[in-house]
Parts: sequence; structure tokens; C-alpha cells
Amino acid sequence: MDINDLRSLSTVFMAVAFTGILLWAYSSKRKKPFDEAANLPFEEDSAAAEKKNQE
Amino acid sequence: MSTTANQSTFEHPTYNYGVVRQFAIMTVIWGIFGMGMGVLIATQLLFPEFNLDLPWTHFGRLRPLHTNAVIFAFGGCALFATSYYIVQRTCQTRLAFEPLVKFTFWGWQAVIVSAAITLPLGLTTSHEYAEMEWPIDILITLVWVAYAVVFIGTISQRKTKHIYVANWFFVAFILTVAVLHIVNSAQIPVTLWKSYYVYAGAADAMVQWWYGHNAVGFFLTAGFLGIMYYFVPKQAERPIFSYRLSVVHFWALISIYIWAGAHHLHYSALPEWAQNVGMVMSVILLAPSWGGMINGMMTLSGAWHKLRTDPILRFLVVSLSFYGMSTFEGPMMAIKSVNALSHNTDWTIGHVHSGALGWVAMVSIGALYHLIPRVYGRKEMFSISAINLHFWLATIGTVVYIVAMWINGIGQGLMWKAVDVDGTLKFSFIDSLIYSKFGYGMRIIGGAIFLSGMFVMLYNVIRTIKVAKAEYASTTQTQAA
Repeated sequence: MDINDLRSLSTVFMAVAFTGILLWAYSSKRKKPFDEAANLPFEEDSAAAEKKNQE
Repeated sequence: MSTTANQSTFEHPTYNYGVVRQFAIMTVIWGIFGMGMGVLIATQLLFPEFNLDLPWTHFGRLRPLHTNAVIFAFGGCALFATSYYIVQRTCQTRLAFEPLVKFTFWGWQAVIVSAAITLPLGLTTSHEYAEMEWPIDILITLVWVAYAVVFIGTISQRKTKHIYVANWFFVAFILTVAVLHIVNSAQIPVTLWKSYYVYAGAADAMVQWWYGHNAVGFFLTAGFLGIMYYFVPKQAERPIFSYRLSVVHFWALISIYIWAGAHHLHYSALPEWAQNVGMVMSVILLAPSWGGMINGMMTLSGAWHKLRTDPILRFLVVSLSFYGMSTFEGPMMAIKSVNALSHNTDWTIGHVHSGALGWVAMVSIGALYHLIPRVYGRKEMFSISAINLHFWLATIGTVVYIVAMWINGIGQGLMWKAVDVDGTLKFSFIDSLIYSKFGYGMRIIGGAIFLSGMFVMLYNVIRTIKVAKAEYASTTQTQAA
């Protein structure tokens, strides 16, 4: 096994990693947590701290 | 203790807004300084008399001051202000390590001031966007480590379950810039203000442009995408179009950007395979870049009517358009046959400014117009019509600037490559300079228009703060009575 095999393997590794991220991100299991995360910029305004600030 | 005597007026019960206010104000001030420097050196190219015949005001010394001021002073302060604001609000917790937070502000200002003194004195490492000499490099490192500790420390203390995607971009930006800066600052000091790089020849060039292009990729892109992912949803009042897309394009963007730097060294002594890797990776980069652009744009679907009335949203959306345009232009220019025409011409300068003015500056300005009133306890800026005026000055200024550089760049490239039937060059270099005069004049006008918008912003910010202070004074009076 010489260095060029490692170079080829790194390409294969990147392809597998990318496919993995794709499958993970688009799996139906991630829908709910992602929806929650996507709404974080709006939750801050309802947070208690923010209410106090607005008196 | 005695921390924020002059800022306690608007103290938020949970969040540290004092440092956000400091960085936000300095963003505007350094923006005017850096862009003013840009207009000055643009003027020098058309009227060399503006060199003033002094070494300290020569183009060669002021040009790095311009680039460092707009990237690290204006852009850097914008990133500090917005990232500190976003991380607190999306993690619903106060910034960690108060003394370090202060150090990041004062340390960063010290870096900027030292650069503004040493660069005109001619003290330079001569590496583009890394010109500052080794003592300043060490200070940058210290500030940056403090920034990383504060930012990651704040995330680890979050009250929320998830880490919002904007923070992912900020963490990638902070960590990668730390690595880039340390590797590209490997110098051996010989005196207090002189050092030599440990790398030499083509290896030195490759390290420099690995650094240089990732300064674009992580400082000017990943960081500002973090800004986009918070302020576009906030201003459009709807969550990001696709959180899934944001995750995928985040990982794709950060893993591909790091390979693109070699496109700065096409047709150089760099081995050809490395040039080709740089070219291919740059072309692939179009996909994750446009992933971010599309995600931001589509967030507005169903809310496009807001553009009619909201100049802040206009800033953000037009910045995304320029981002999409320059991330298409970039991969195209990285293709070797196109690069043969564009390299060393003003086209490159135009490309940089469509990214820097159109994307980086406009998304920062839009974010600041959203953020500044809020950290001063107000709903909106003093004048909405002044924001609108600024929007048009910024947009027109950017377009005039870019078009001037396209005309110049393509013309220069064609003239330099033109040969007569006998194989001799058709034009001398001076011919291409004479050709460029018109574009140089047009650039000064475009840059000055953009700069004038920054003065409108300064006025609006000052008035907003004044109103906020007056309002606060009157409410405390009535409470006392």
C-alpha cells in the first residue's frame, strides 16, 4: 500500500462522509429537532429575560 | 465591577450588550476609515500626485492598510458584534468569561491601531492580508484564542437544547482562522520589526495562498454566512427555508474551501497537479456557496412584499445576490483558461469588491441596522428613510465599481495577450494603462458613492443613540418622581 492508495481512499472517505451527512440531515428523524433549532432565533423574544427587558 | 460605567444605561438583565455596542460602533468607524483609504488609493492610481511624494502615503504602503482595515477592522468588528449578539440570543445565556470578552475588544482595537501605524512606516512581512509583523501577529493570536474561549464557552453554557446553525458557522470561522493565522505566521524574528518566513519559494507561496483564500473562505464567507443565517430569518420574520440544506452546505463548504487556494498560483512555479486541484475544488465550491445563497433567498418566499417597505431586508437580500454572483464569478475565474485572461488584471479587483462591498459590507450593514437599535433598547433606527438612502448609495456604488473593473480587467487581459502576425506583442504596458484611465475614474466615483453611504449610516447611528439616551433619561426621571 503506497501513498497513492491513501490518496484514493481519502476521496472515497469524503464521498462516504458526504453521503452520510446527506442521509442524516434528510432523514425523517431529524425533522423535529431541526424545526426546533430553526426556530431558535424567534424563541429568544419569548424568553423570560427578554420580557423583563421590555418591562 | 466598575465594568461598564458608561454603558450601564442600557444594560440587559441577561445578555452582555455592552461589548456588542462597542464593536458595532467601531464597525461603522473602521468602515469609514478603511473605505476612505480605498477611495484615496483609487485616486492615487488616476492622479499619482495624491501620493504626496512621501514614503508613508505611498500607494504601496497604504494599499495593505486599506485591505487590512476593511477586512480585519471593519469586517472583524462586524463579526465580533454580530457573533456575540447571536450566540447570546440563540443560546439564551450571557457571554462567558467577562474579562476575556473585554480583552477581545480592546486587544482587537490595539491590533488595528498598530497596523495603522506600522504599515505606513513600511514595516511589513510582504505577505498579502498578513502584512503585520510578528509582534502584532502574537497579539492577534492572543485575541483570537480569547475569542474562541469566549464563544465556545458561551455555547457550552447554553440554555437551549440545540446549537443554532449560525453558531456552527461562527465556530468554523473562529477555529479555522486560528489555524490559518498560526501556520501562515511561522516567522523567525530577527529584530523587533523584522522577521523571515520559515517557508521558501513555491512552498511559501502555497502556504500564503492557502491562508489568503481561506481568509476569504472562512473570515469573509463562513463568518458572514453566520450573520446571514440569523438576520435574514429575523428580518423576514420566518425561519430559514431549509435547516437541512444549511447543515449539508455547511459541511460541504468548510471541507471544500480549504483546497481552493492554489487557484491564486495558476501558471506559476507551483506543481501543475496542485494548480489543477485548486481549479477543480474551486469549481466544486460553486455548489455549497449557492446552497447558502438559495437558502437565504428562499427564506423570503411568501414574504417578498416586505422588500417594498423594509430597506434592511433589501440590504440583506441584495447582499445575497452579490454573494451568488461573486461565488459564480470566482469558480469561473479559477478555471485556468479563464484565469489566463483575468490574472493580474483589474477583473480580480472587481471580483473581490463584488464580494467585499456587495456581500460582506452589505450583509454587515443590514445586520447592524437590525442590531443597533435593539442593543440600545429601541425598536428601530432613528431614520428609516436614511437606511433606504444608504441602501441605494451602497448598491449603486458597488455596481459602478464592479462594472469599471470588468471593463478595465477584460480590456487589459485582451491587450496583454494580443500578438501581431510576427509574434510580437501588439500593445505595450503603457497602452493598457492609458486604456484603464476611464475605469480608474469610474472606480473612484463608485467607491466614493459607497463611502458616502457609510457617512449616512454614521449620522443615523449617532442620532439613534442620542434618542435612546434621551428616552432613557426621561424614563428614569419619571420613575424617580
